[in-house]
Amino acid sequence: MSKNEGVIYRISGPVVTATGIEARMYEVVRVGHEKLMGEVIEIHGEQSVIQVYEDTSGIRPGEPVLSTGQTLSVQLGPGLLTQIYDGIQRPLKTLEEVMGVFITRGVDADGLDLEKKWEFVPTASTGDEVKGGQVIGTVQETDTITHKIMVPPKASGKIKSIKSGEFNVTQTVCKLDDGTEIQMMQEWPVRHPRPYSQKYAPDTPLVTGMRILDFLFPLAKGGAAGIPGPFGSGKTVTQQSLAKYSDAQLVVYIGCGERGNEMTEVLDEFPHLIDPNTGKPLMNRTVMIANTSNMPVAAREASVYTGITIAEYFRDQGYDVALMADSTSRWAEAMREISSRLEEMPGEEGYPAYLSSRLAEFYERAGRVETLNGEDGSVTVIGAVSPPGGDISEPVSQGTLRIVKVFWGLDAGLARQRHFPAINWLSSYSLYPQSLNQWFRDNIASDFPEVRTQISALLKVEAELQEIVQLVGSDALPIDQQLTLEVARMIREYFLQQNGFDPIDAYSGVQQQYAMAQAILTFQEEAKKAMAAGARLQDVVNVPARTELMRARFAEGYLEKIGGLVEAMVVEIAETAEAN
Amino acid sequence: MTSKEYKTITDIKGPLVFLEKTEPVAYGEIVSIRLSDGSEKNGQVLDTSDDMVVVQVFEGTEAIDRKAGVKFLGDVFKLPVSKGLIGRILDGAGRPRDGGPEIIADEDADIIGAAINPYSRQSPHDFIQTGVSAIDCCTTLVRGQKLPIFSASGLPHNDIALQIARQAKLRDSDEEFIVVFCAMGITAEEYNFFRSDLERTGALENAALFVNLADDPAVERLITPRLALTAAEYLAFEHDYHVLVIYTDMTNYCDSLRQIGAAREEVPGRRGYPGYMYTDLAMLYERAGIVKGKKGSITQFPILTMPGDDITHPIPDLSGYITEGQIVISRELHQAGIYPPINVLPSLSRLMGSCIGEKTTRDDHKKVSDQMYAAYAQGRELRGLVAIVGEDALNERDLQLLKFADIFEDKFLRQDRDEDRTIDETLNLCWDLMTSIDTKYLVRLDQELIEKYHPEEKKE
Ligand SMILES: Nc1ncnc2c1ncn2[C@@H]1O[C@H](COP(=O)(O)OP(=O)(O)O)[C@@H](O)[C@H]1O
Ligand SMILES: [Mg+2]
Repeated sequence: MSKNEGVIYRISGPVVTATGIEARMYEVVRVGHEKLMGEVIEIHGEQSVIQVYEDTSGIRPGEPVLSTGQTLSVQLGPGLLTQIYDGIQRPLKTLEEVMGVFITRGVDADGLDLEKKWEFVPTASTGDEVKGGQVIGTVQETDTITHKIMVPPKASGKIKSIKSGEFNVTQTVCKLDDGTEIQMMQEWPVRHPRPYSQKYAPDTPLVTGMRILDFLFPLAKGGAAGIPGPFGSGKTVTQQSLAKYSDAQLVVYIGCGERGNEMTEVLDEFPHLIDPNTGKPLMNRTVMIANTSNMPVAAREASVYTGITIAEYFRDQGYDVALMADSTSRWAEAMREISSRLEEMPGEEGYPAYLSSRLAEFYERAGRVETLNGEDGSVTVIGAVSPPGGDISEPVSQGTLRIVKVFWGLDAGLARQRHFPAINWLSSYSLYPQSLNQWFRDNIASDFPEVRTQISALLKVEAELQEIVQLVGSDALPIDQQLTLEVARMIREYFLQQNGFDPIDAYSGVQQQYAMAQAILTFQEEAKKAMAAGARLQDVVNVPARTELMRARFAEGYLEKIGGLVEAMVVEIAETAEAN
Repeated sequence: MTSKEYKTITDIKGPLVFLEKTEPVAYGEIVSIRLSDGSEKNGQVLDTSDDMVVVQVFEGTEAIDRKAGVKFLGDVFKLPVSKGLIGRILDGAGRPRDGGPEIIADEDADIIGAAINPYSRQSPHDFIQTGVSAIDCCTTLVRGQKLPIFSASGLPHNDIALQIARQAKLRDSDEEFIVVFCAMGITAEEYNFFRSDLERTGALENAALFVNLADDPAVERLITPRLALTAAEYLAFEHDYHVLVIYTDMTNYCDSLRQIGAAREEVPGRRGYPGYMYTDLAMLYERAGIVKGKKGSITQFPILTMPGDDITHPIPDLSGYITEGQIVISRELHQAGIYPPINVLPSLSRLMGSCIGEKTTRDDHKKVSDQMYAAYAQGRELRGLVAIVGEDALNERDLQLLKFADIFEDKFLRQDRDEDRTIDETLNLCWDLMTSIDTKYLVRLDQELIEKYHPEEKKE
């Protein structure tokens, strides 16, 4: 028998040392008379070191510590969607009911509503051989998401009985021959990736509706992206846009160590926003985790694991899930804070030496997989990074960039010019275009990759020309280069800039993106022709039809109008040559 | 609770006292230390175990010796709160400083302050008119926002903060703000400046002041803003007040934090500041906002001076990551004789979008603000270019923008210290000034607005 009750020996902020218990690493323990939840993170001989998920003020040495025999786990099952949780899966709504508007401590709350009844529809029958991960029934959780009830990963056998009807998540809906009872709720330890059959190479883009992302730096479903940027450069707005418009079937949004009001904003907005991909309220496909900057750091450390475990669980049901973590730097800082309390040998900038391996393990949980049920599912991870002073040579940015294949670099200078999204088109990159080109050729246009190449080439040339302009002014350039600058300006102002708050411009389908890029190339070609025939650059640039083409994107139905607008532009440009 | 006095100090280091052989002491417990001359100091437990207790002494460890007696008071730091706080001046540890009586408490509030449940917050959306054009037009303040002033030594941030405190009001409403003012390590002269201004305008009667000055104990500064915010929360959420919290100077606060970290031999983060400074600051700044079911609100105006005018220094950097924008004061504009020297380009109000527009300010606000900003930004950039290539290389449009940058600073930014412009006056002024640019270059404005507001194009 192991000893499951000990006493507190030391308290230093969120770190408590206990003696007299024989706990295992990462076991959940209850600390003090108030039974605060904690997790064993280090063992030294007789002493267990515990990180506590709630404020430790007022706790004394000598108070009891109880081990629970469990590791930090989340409850998985119907009822996850539309919820907002804290870092250890306590529903914030329940906390409000119990504690009022301020979060006090010592309150336990189940992640799922254990009473609520759900209509369980079996999809397997008595006598079926089933194995871990196999779907045995469904629950219509929201009007967009059918929750699939799976055999827990480690169970398998022949179905002895299976029910149909209304059940709560703890009632048994299925029994196996070996006596295993299956409920709609299962628990899973957050620090362990959930199993799958195999990983596939990604081949489908996560369509985000943001032109610069989909067109120039696409992210694959099952891929991982990092968004580093100084404060005020647009990390949160970008993450929220992705949560709103990306074509994932489910979204897990983790507010990790950031502002309370930003979570409130999501809560206010999402129930009223319509998912452009399904036409249903966005909230129906969303799970939120909020551990704001002033909530306990240990729970902040746990929040990303809670989030990704929930994401994996829906992936296992065959869904494409996108997870946003804003900001992973706050998670890393939580690790640093705990590590320093443990008096561990610090690595770079005080971060623990295991920082980069933790980052890698986290992003490795992204991926496109064959599920245990034989379906396709994916988890796409998009992590915001908040480098001090905006300098990405720091450990969290560098550790992230070594792993992710997509880098969307936010730029303070662009944000200051109010060029939004302030993603730097010269320093950002995506390593996915090769694997996604086929998709773009098949689904959008056979020359999609070539058009992309032309657009990025123009932006690179512009950057070189701008250096000269800085020295001599633009009038000193030859006229064809002046035209190049105008075309590039059109790319920036018409194509790259996209107002995240404009109800129409905020989302641009890939088909429309392609049409807009083509319109720019058409402008370039026609302008060249007209100028060869004697037209003045200024007149070509100022044709009213071009202004109209650019402005019309803020109105409904742009994709349908764009062909006509381009034609009108072509005619007017040709006229500028005749006028001379 | 234990009221036993221990004489078991082993070490004294910087602001910390180490003791052994105590009964179990609570983490965060308040400590009283009696010196050999009979005087007392207060402190708080930072680390506690069966073998050793570490106490942080607010008044500094000067004159403490190993014979000093230490008592543990059985509770964490609390502030006695009641409506009686209004009109009072307290010191940095919450004791009366105005010669008045002790505060008669309605309750004792824990000064650490619990986090507001994000689910229980309400998004701020009420426009506050400050009467300062640069703020109202470009970095609009919202009731319940935390909007710091990023300044530097020798700049008039105090004047600006006071002007805002004097003028801040909701449009079409007589609801007033009460001010909670918190001084951390500022000079007596600066403090007197604040105090006499609040006195002059009668605001003092409606204010609570918590004052830790430059010659007061540095470690006490870690407590002072927590007292002020505890008072603010009590007044806002128990008594429905709209509270404006001004605290200055966050830089002194952070330096005290660094001092504690160093004494504990913690692994320092950037520039020697502790790795947990982000979290620590968040526990102050996040105590702003509005919550469901309560009428009051807390709006925060922290002031910080950027060491070396460097916005990437950890203090402004970490603050900017937490607050809902920033107002940046510029030395260059100050030296050019412009008051208020607000550089709108790096300034930002993240909540602005939620409080401007037809229903709250005016239909043209957003576009006018974007256009003013864009034209000024381009004009400023052209100044740089002109310095190299001369004005001759500029075309007509660029020349107009270049000139506009001067007009912007001289006519739009510049205003008197007691000049209180309504939002209509500010927006009309913008239109007047933009007449210096051809409408065809005002690309951020649409025709409809031009026809409605442009002084020369208006269709009556
Ligand atoms: N895509 C966008 N469209 C319009 N405005 C944006 C966009 N991205 C950022 N902004 C502006 O920049 C501000 C800061 O953006 P935010 O995402 O909060 O920055 P960060 O999270 O990097 O600190 C926003 O309040 C908004 O005014
Ligand atoms: Mg952000």
